Amino acid sequence: MKINVKHVAKLANLPLSQEEEKKFEKQLSSILEYVEQLNSVDTKNFEITSQITGLENITREDKTSISLFQEEALSNSKSNHNGMFKIKKIL
Amino acid sequence: MKPVIGLEVHVELKTKSKMFCGCSADYFGKKPNTHTCPVCLGLPGALPVPNKTAIEWCVMLGMALDCNIPLFSKFDRKNYFYPDLAKGYQISQYDEPFCLKGSIKLGSGKTIRITRVHMEEDTGKLIHENVNGQGITLIDFNRSGVPLVEIVTEPDFDNTKDVLDYLKKLQQIARYLDISNADMEKGDMRLEPNISLRSNTTNTTNNTNQQITNKLPNYKVEVKNINSFRFVEKAIAFEIKRQTEIIEKKGIPVQETRGWDENKQKTVTQRVKEEASDYRYFPEPDIPPIRWNDKKLLMIKKQIPELPDTKKRRFQKQYNISQYDAEILTREKTLADFYETCVNDGQKANLTAKQVSNYIINKKIDIESTLPAEIIKNIKALTIYLRIDESEIKKIVERVLNENKNAVGDYRNGKVSAVQYLIGKVLMVSKEKLEVSRVKKILEEKLND
Ligand SMILES: [Zn+2]
Repeated sequence: MKINVKHVAKLANLPLSQEEEKKFEKQLSSILEYVEQLNSVDTKNFEITSQITGLENITREDKTSISLFQEEALSNSKSNHNGMFKIKKIL
Repeated sequence: MKPVIGLEVHVELKTKSKMFCGCSADYFGKKPNTHTCPVCLGLPGALPVPNKTAIEWCVMLGMALDCNIPLFSKFDRKNYFYPDLAKGYQISQYDEPFCLKGSIKLGSGKTIRITRVHMEEDTGKLIHENVNGQGITLIDFNRSGVPLVEIVTEPDFDNTKDVLDYLKKLQQIARYLDISNADMEKGDMRLEPNISLRSNTTNTTNNTNQQITNKLPNYKVEVKNINSFRFVEKAIAFEIKRQTEIIEKKGIPVQETRGWDENKQKTVTQRVKEEASDYRYFPEPDIPPIRWNDKKLLMIKKQIPELPDTKKRRFQKQYNISQYDAEILTREKTLADFYETCVNDGQKANLTAKQVSNYIINKKIDIESTLPAEIIKNIKALTIYLRIDESEIKKIVERVLNENKNAVGDYRNGKVSAVQYLIGKVLMVSKEKLEVSRVKKILEEKLND
């Protein structure tokens, strides 16, 4: 199976070199082929699921808890200004 | 050419806490980045746990919009990179939303189909600034993770009047349910119309061609993130004009996302967030699915108060008032409740519901600062005035005019204020309490004879 690595990398916001593109194209293809083996399993009698924990309806009551202090929230930022995260101008 | 318009509306819920964490959702006007935690900052390893109230409110809104509520629902990740979204994905709902297939009936009698109502989280706020000549963008994550409900319609609108009616109805329902302030100015409601034009040229009687002309246009232009009803109106009008001009020149409008620029009074192409809108949705692995049963759904349904349209019809029938009056009285739930309290109190004082509604509407009563008991007292006083026969007042007026020839002369010579003196005399002579405006009217009629 052929994979458009450039497109996938763009969507994932990953800068890839040409070498890496080639390398990952091969790797991703072989991973897909590997996973494709699942298609040979007979799943006629199984329900489709997106969760295998068996859990359902895990919610919380609408109650507030203490938030981080502003300094804590910003402590990992590369750059900040007036209590806000600062980045290069985007539109 | 006929406009084909659909709407996506985001409504921010007024829960105490955010959608997936315990940070306060009351972010408006707060110090930046003081309502955040590892979950809403998108830090690795944080575990989102959905807010039960937010989910129930979303379902409640869906029910109020006549939607089906599937017994099974789940959250999904919508992946895209933009700085207002710290995680790189937004938790939303893709193929199994909480509510499907509803409708709203408009004042015009037209029914607008609602495709879906789903739950998601709000993003952070971006502020663009210039500091020392350098353009920068600042991010405040206080809004990140605040519960949002998205209501999507089918492309059933063909004019702005219906669009506005729909938006007002939706806003009114959200307020009646008490799940959102739906305050446009605070960004509680954000509007995204999609607009295209369908040509209605039927230059052939061929059946297959006729079918084609009834199909939806093969493009649509979305106008994003409008925060005012007036701007929506202008943006739609502008798009209809812009697209008409393109099509008249035999072109096809580009499928794109645009924004409304209030300064330029036009829509402008927006740089798209992601080149391809390939969101690679997949089920949110951190949040187990939601399963309802009839009992739980019934409990939510029971919390829905009487909704505006039903209340309006009931008011007309029960209180024998006009559709117009019922409309005004039910515009806000607080006013409707106030009116009903007054009607109840009024009954004991032998006042009809119609007298009460007339008074409240004509005097534009401020219900925040007036008590129902005052209303009743005032109407009572008015009705006593009204019971006095007009001829009775006229008699007194004649007498006063005869006894005050000087003042009459003054008035007729242009001294208009003399009428005040005469009113005072009439009130003094009368044994009953008289309504000043009524006396004045009769006096002036006589004086100007
Ligand atoms: Zn948080």
